[in-house]
Amino acid sequence: MDERGKDEILHDHNHDGIDRRGFLKCMAWAGTGALCVIDGGVLKSYSLSRLSEIGEKEAEGELSFVQISDSHMGFNKPANPDVASTLKAAVDKINALPTPPQFMLHTGDISHLSKPEEFDNVEQILKSANPKTVFYVPGEHDVLNDEGAPYRERFGKGSLGSGWHSFDQKGIHFIGLVNVMNLKAGGMGSLGAEQLAWLEKDVNHLSKSTPIVVFAHIPLWSVYPEWGWGTEDSAQALGHLKKFGSVTVLNGHIHQTMQKVEGNVTFHTAASTAFPQPKPGAAPAPGPMKVPDDQLRGLLGVTDVNYIQRRHALAVIDSTLG
Amino acid sequence: MTRRVLYIAAIATMLMAILAGRQTTQAAPPAAPPAGADVKIDNFAFTPATLTVRAGTEVTWTNRDDIPHTVLSDDKSIKSKALDTDEKFSYTFTKPGTYSYFCSLHPKMKGTIVVE
Repeated sequence: MDERGKDEILHDHNHDGIDRRGFLKCMAWAGTGALCVIDGGVLKSYSLSRLSEIGEKEAEGELSFVQISDSHMGFNKPANPDVASTLKAAVDKINALPTPPQFMLHTGDISHLSKPEEFDNVEQILKSANPKTVFYVPGEHDVLNDEGAPYRERFGKGSLGSGWHSFDQKGIHFIGLVNVMNLKAGGMGSLGAEQLAWLEKDVNHLSKSTPIVVFAHIPLWSVYPEWGWGTEDSAQALGHLKKFGSVTVLNGHIHQTMQKVEGNVTFHTAASTAFPQPKPGAAPAPGPMKVPDDQLRGLLGVTDVNYIQRRHALAVIDSTLG
Repeated sequence: MTRRVLYIAAIATMLMAILAGRQTTQAAPPAAPPAGADVKIDNFAFTPATLTVRAGTEVTWTNRDDIPHTVLSDDKSIKSKALDTDEKFSYTFTKPGTYSYFCSLHPKMKGTIVVE
């Protein structure tokens, strides 16, 4: 747990080009907030505590939005017996951001057990956030009943299939994907043929200079297949996005922040607002990580994304609730 | 005399007891239903991962994790709701065969019930 509070630049790969054969991999624990600027596929990380030193131009993006994830409303076990208050703390953090974000993305596991009162509770809490618009994708905990119909009625209006959708904001094309349905024995997350066909069509008309932001619950890269932390057919999805110069993938599910750059694609997972989970392979199973009360909020968080239109860059900032 | 009679009587009693006992063990199996069997869900795993039972056995799964899990057979014919902590799901296997199942939320979790 020494990672917590270190809060320093973890990686410096601003000298890397987009044609790099290998990939850059970096891990940032939620306790070490990081600002990431993606520019033409190159990612730069800054410490959250040094935001004031970064300068206006990064902070004044023409579009900024926030990602929250894994609220698990209804969870009440020792890892965090009060997930409502940590979600409220996330909202306070969002409302205190210097640049008011224009909307929020929730990358799933809104609820713990898909119960109507859990969904209600999250909706009520998020109403107090400054950005009034929230775009959702479901986590596996949100689609426990009737193949996810109650989720879609509430959070997926206008979406297609099991809840996928796309929209445009300030020249950025956002794509919300669902990879938590029809999972197969022994497998990982799954998008399915129908959704992949839709994705191919959805981006077909876009110019390759259009920045793309994909958000989905389970990571679209293989974080740790042994725990199912990946998506079986994500390579096909990313294949449809090959032509684009800047693709940012935002996920949740693993309750910790991680980043990876592979070619033009930057992968980013957000912390949970409810409870942390162990590092890949660091525990026998990926269950909730019980941490001392005074450390809990340092391991939970929100992600703030600033888009700077002129430079085709996205800045991803993770901040903790501490 | 008396001693011999007692001796014979004792042997007869023992034999009867043995016979009676044998009768009981022979007669019981077809009449009594098989005892239930349990599968625990702990740390994102079904324990035992493979369970062998006789036809007619009711198998009960108990989720002891902080995270909900489900029981879903590969052919989807056996399907539990999401089991929260300490919730149970039972299913009676009437036909012999091998039944593979998994957790639909965490599909890396797999188990097998062999019904004889």
